[in-house]
Amino acid sequence: MPARPPNVFRRILGAALVAAFLAFIAAHVLLPADEATTNPQWSVQLSDLLFYVFAAMTIGGAGTVAFSHNIIHTALGLLGALLGVGCLYVFLSADFVAITQLLVYIGGVLVLILFAVMLTSKIGDVNVSNASIGRYGGFGLLTAIVPVLVFVAVRGPWAEKTPGPLAPTTALIGNEFLTKWLLPFELASLVLLATLVGAVVMARREIKAD
Amino acid sequence: MHVTLSHFLVVAAILFALGIYTVTTRRNAVGVLMGVELVLNAANLNFVAFERFVVGGVTGHVFALFVIVLAAAEAAVGLAIVLAIFQTFRSIDVPSADAMRE
Repeated sequence: MPARPPNVFRRILGAALVAAFLAFIAAHVLLPADEATTNPQWSVQLSDLLFYVFAAMTIGGAGTVAFSHNIIHTALGLLGALLGVGCLYVFLSADFVAITQLLVYIGGVLVLILFAVMLTSKIGDVNVSNASIGRYGGFGLLTAIVPVLVFVAVRGPWAEKTPGPLAPTTALIGNEFLTKWLLPFELASLVLLATLVGAVVMARREIKAD
Repeated sequence: MHVTLSHFLVVAAILFALGIYTVTTRRNAVGVLMGVELVLNAANLNFVAFERFVVGGVTGHVFALFVIVLAAAEAAVGLAIVLAIFQTFRSIDVPSADAMRE
């Protein structure tokens, strides 16, 4: 498989935006408005179109992570995937989780990963990733996983109910954390402390080895 | 078509499968870590989607937040280990790290 062109993610995003825009125009300008309101099954809402845009952004970014040969493009694809998932959280009325995703994942984890990429590969050869079990084994895995999971997701007998309106969740989450989930909350802070100490120990060993 | 639970589950399923593909086909340790992040994000999306469409409340959000915290811890330790491996073996290919100590 040849190396992907550098702007493939931008192309995917642009194509998704164009498709969403055309569908919106087709739904709201060409279709008479009263027909769309009398037949709610086929009325297309802006929020639904935005969902498809963000889903395309997420899957396009994840596809770049999975298939790109260049480790820098892989990291940028991860940025798109994490951003898309954060936007999908907003659709699910999870405002606090969306902001946490933005702060912790994109502001913390992604920056760490970019640092690791730049510290462990020479600037000249960024093409440092190659297949481990091979593309055919990987594609076999994909064709084994995706149809099963999609079948379960679409056909599963979920006890679905009509969700309420979007509402802020921060106060509720704070109450849950400090009453019902207090012990795991404190344990998480312990884990973070141990992680910080461990990371510092490893970084010190790296400096002493020079 | 209205966005329902299945839409989110399908997105999460594809995200999960691409993450597993990344973990299994990469030899670069940083690439493997990125695949793990994709898998964790897929699980988080399922937590929050089920919370909204089936359960109702914020328990799924709490679980998603715990997963995010532990993923950050995992990334910090994992990347420190990657740096140590690079220092020792001059390479971060997973098969080349074949000794517990020098």
